[in-house]
Amino acid sequence: MTAYQRATVHGWLLLLPAMSCLALFTHWPAVASIIDSFYSTPRPRRPSRFIGLDNYEAMIADPIFWRALVNNFWFAVGTIPLSIGLAILMAIWVNDRIKGQSLVRMAYFTPTILPMIAVANIWLFFFTPQYGLIEQVVQLFGGNATNWLGSGDTALFAVIVVAVWKEAGFFMIFYLAALQGISPSLGEAAAIEGASRWYYFRRVLFPLLMPTTLFVLINAMINAFRMVDHIVVMTKGGPDNATILLLYYIYQVGFSFWDTAYAATLTCVLLALLAIIAFVQYGWLERRIHYR
Amino acid sequence: MAAVELRGVTKAWGETRAVDNISFRVEPGHLVALLGPSGCGKSTTLRLIAGLEEASDGVIRIADRDVTHAPPAGRGIAMVFQNYALFPHLTVAENIIFGLRVRALDKAERDARLKEAATILGLGKLLDRKPSQLSGGQQQRVALGRAIVARAPVCLMDEPLSNLDAQLRVEMRREIRDLQRRLGITMVYVTHDQVEAMTMADQVILMREGKIEQDGSPADLYERPETIFVARFVGAPPMNVTPLAGLAGAEAAWPAPPDGLPRERAALGVRAEHLDIVEGGLPADIVAVEYLGGETLVEASLGSHRVIARRPGKIAARQGERIGLHVPEGAAHWFDMSNGRRLSGPA
Repeated sequence: MTAYQRATVHGWLLLLPAMSCLALFTHWPAVASIIDSFYSTPRPRRPSRFIGLDNYEAMIADPIFWRALVNNFWFAVGTIPLSIGLAILMAIWVNDRIKGQSLVRMAYFTPTILPMIAVANIWLFFFTPQYGLIEQVVQLFGGNATNWLGSGDTALFAVIVVAVWKEAGFFMIFYLAALQGISPSLGEAAAIEGASRWYYFRRVLFPLLMPTTLFVLINAMINAFRMVDHIVVMTKGGPDNATILLLYYIYQVGFSFWDTAYAATLTCVLLALLAIIAFVQYGWLERRIHYR
Repeated sequence: MAAVELRGVTKAWGETRAVDNISFRVEPGHLVALLGPSGCGKSTTLRLIAGLEEASDGVIRIADRDVTHAPPAGRGIAMVFQNYALFPHLTVAENIIFGLRVRALDKAERDARLKEAATILGLGKLLDRKPSQLSGGQQQRVALGRAIVARAPVCLMDEPLSNLDAQLRVEMRREIRDLQRRLGITMVYVTHDQVEAMTMADQVILMREGKIEQDGSPADLYERPETIFVARFVGAPPMNVTPLAGLAGAEAAWPAPPDGLPRERAALGVRAEHLDIVEGGLPADIVAVEYLGGETLVEASLGSHRVIARRPGKIAARQGERIGLHVPEGAAHWFDMSNGRRLSGPA
């Protein structure tokens, strides 16, 4: 065996553990879902058989699927810009020399390290009708009582608030790291030229933060389709499917109704959505972003 | 053209005084070097003039206007930073006209100024590049360009050449000096390199621990250093400053200290080029000989002290050899060791 061949074998051996885990738990399930989506769900007396696009036809006729898709769209629209905006704002604030800097940074980061199930339970109390924290404050100022999670009009908004609260601190860390990589003399140079803080942010800081924003955006998008823990605790998709999100619906179909083939079909839609998002972000946005 | 004047300026952070009650004046159109070792307060002084730091005490005047509390943009200054502070996502052209855009100058004026600066600095072909695609010297020029288009009467420079290699530094030194003269800018130039200060400046302000050691022309600092610190900081090799107490038993070969200065407090300073090697001089042992081509540096030990003599051409001397040293009349600088200050010496 030549040295080159030996190096090749060694290289592949080093890749093998990670690669086999990825293939086993990520790639194969994805491929299996696509295959399963063309078969019927196996029942005790009726083994699964090939049914072509029947599952997809059923899906298109399924109003709950569309509801989940629309909800997920609003959930993404509600959480992504808000959490990114807040993250930038907080990062810029704690990047300045302020008193109790590390304490403030830690406070902002705390929601990230708390388990979502615990967070959801705390917020469940905040949103409780009559004696919940928000209701108590509202009543103090003589406002009307609202059943935040129990009303179809406000439930989705309520779970969006929780998601933003959870995510903004996490994204702040990335922005903070990026800000610390930007030389303070850039700000000083801009100040000498007479640029206002807003002008400096718009023309210098924000463009320089774009690589971070791309990274955060991808994470936020994925999270918008992935974050369902608090739905499980707070609303279970209700009331009347007002807070049902795509992944939660997949979970329901797959593990409450045990309609695995239909769950696989829904999964394919989710995979396709994420693939399109990744393609747009990496293919289009990245070319427009400055890298040093 | 505008003068820059500092009167009793202090910058303190808690107990530490980075700049301690300094006063000086820069005449219009002059280039002043703020020179000193790191941590001497020279950069802080520049930042105070720029308005990037607020003075704890004292008055700063630019063009006869009190700007002590004015924002950086309201002082009529431009600044070149040590790391150039170029915006990495903007092209060279956009970097240069950044300030003009902020001030909302119309496009024709912007283009005219950009063209002028690009011509002066030879940046014409690079205007569409990003800073990362430029060499260090080119980035330096872009930073200068930004200062030029601002048409500010005062330009502040914070160690602008310290990131360049030695050869480029020599070229840029001359270029900056020419530019400053041609445009008639008043320039305050911070450096820790005494060669840079001596070759470029009309006036050198040597700082140490937040205070001014000496403020004068380069020739003043070299020929008439006010303190031992100045004598040792300016010039390469530094001035030989030897306590007279260490030279006991050699009175005949050395000039006598001026009246009123006790021998044990006196220190004798001699520039290396003034130290003669003669028969029958003060005996010293050669420690090292450095041949530099045009001249030779001879380092010798006088008891526990080391002195360096600079002689033209090549010297036939070897390590360990015993030589005689002589200080000619008028070449001696006398310092009082108790406060490090000058007493008298050649004018």
